[in-house]
Amino acid sequence: MTQTAAASALYDIPGPRTRKRHFVYGIVSTAVIIALVGWIIYLLVETEQFTSAKWTPFEYKGIQELLLRGLGNTLKAFAYAAVLSLALGAVLAVGRLSEHRAVRWLATLVVEFFRAMPVLVMIFFIFVALKVQPLPALVAGLTLYNGSVLAEVFRTGINSVDRGQREAAYALGMRKTQVMTFVLAPQAVRAMLPTIISQLVVALKDTSLGYLITYEEFLHAGKLIASNLDYDLPFIPVVMVISPIYIGMCMLLSWFATWVAKRERRSPKTEAVEVAPAEPGTLLPGVK
Amino acid sequence: MDVLTENFSLYGKGFLGTLELTVYASILALVLGLVMASFRVAPVGSLRVFGTVWVMVLRNTPLTLLFFAVLLGLPRFGLVLPFKVFAILALGCYTSAFICEVLRSGINTVPQGQGEAARSLGMTFGQTLGNVVLPQAFRSVIPPVGSTLIALAKNSAIAGAFSVTELLGTYKTLNELGYSIIWTFVWIAVGYLIITLSISALFNVLEKRYGVAR
Repeated sequence: MTQTAAASALYDIPGPRTRKRHFVYGIVSTAVIIALVGWIIYLLVETEQFTSAKWTPFEYKGIQELLLRGLGNTLKAFAYAAVLSLALGAVLAVGRLSEHRAVRWLATLVVEFFRAMPVLVMIFFIFVALKVQPLPALVAGLTLYNGSVLAEVFRTGINSVDRGQREAAYALGMRKTQVMTFVLAPQAVRAMLPTIISQLVVALKDTSLGYLITYEEFLHAGKLIASNLDYDLPFIPVVMVISPIYIGMCMLLSWFATWVAKRERRSPKTEAVEVAPAEPGTLLPGVK
Repeated sequence: MDVLTENFSLYGKGFLGTLELTVYASILALVLGLVMASFRVAPVGSLRVFGTVWVMVLRNTPLTLLFFAVLLGLPRFGLVLPFKVFAILALGCYTSAFICEVLRSGINTVPQGQGEAARSLGMTFGQTLGNVVLPQAFRSVIPPVGSTLIALAKNSAIAGAFSVTELLGTYKTLNELGYSIIWTFVWIAVGYLIITLSISALFNVLEKRYGVAR
């Protein structure tokens, strides 16, 4: 991942004078960054964000339970959305790869439409127009969107399996379904696993959209605490507590995706297919 | 159909709001992303660390949380700006992390030999970068940048929920006026489709003109 500057097309390997110059640049830029961080901390102290009145609420049992319940709801929405969107993705991918033109067109239409729509519009539509409860609305919106993106990911995976694999399987007398389930799909999933996990990170991040339709998830719990006058409106403390947890969860999942990508690349089972990088699916139509 | 014709100005305002958010945030994201990408490939260690942390944190932040923190948090520091500016800041910073990664991987696709050959011909650093490396990197980043900007346009919908004038926000007013909610959303959807499909078309044209010959 992190590439040293020496190994890029941009620079030569630095000589002694260049190294000295880079050292000076390094000191200056470090000083600037430290000054920036210091200024932010100064601002935080200056606006009295570290007063005990704003931090004691986090010691109360009720507040902790509220936050934990919020976190639980976030994870619940994520779990539902992840499972359902994987299922929907598989179905739509099969539809797009179908040999029947009508099925293919229908699946393509669905995939392209939901990929081009903002998730939030879908969630609001389901929530407001269909008058669904917040949790099902959130899960349905996330499923439709991520399912469509995952369908494209699966399809790209199937198409990226070496052509010889499919031909060999047909030559052995396997049926269409057998070729798909025994030969193409296992390799495609291996190749696309990093992308799939990265797409799940997107789903996890998007569960926070539930806050906007009053689903009682993590951010919502934070908002409740932050707008409490009794605790002197501890807005910044709430952000400081919530964001590390949110970002930490997403980072963990992202790292997992990167780790899987590295592992799969070494695996002998991915010889006939190229393992995709750990990035979420693309959105530009007509691009693989 | 009535919903659109009778409230054309409302929809128009929302559409322009979304367009404005998209354009300004895209510019901010491209500029910031370029800066961060150059930090990440810089020979100076602390800048590389800064760029890496910036990308890692922002890529893993839920955008709603970022909006929440920026729109409701920054005013606590006495920084009072219109909500629209805050929204552009949040959206631009968030997307800049993705743009940065796209640009960086674009630079990394240029083979090392290209830079070495350029330098052995006696080109200066600026010439190597401007005439050899970046033009090649630019070609391979067109589709992913387009993809990122489409994501940005779609993410701008979140701003509407934080009371910035944009397309999705129009549903509230129309709902109160008693129009059919389904048709209201159909026209909102059409508005978003127009924006995302135009970005996609634009980048397909760019890809055809400048993209790598495959």
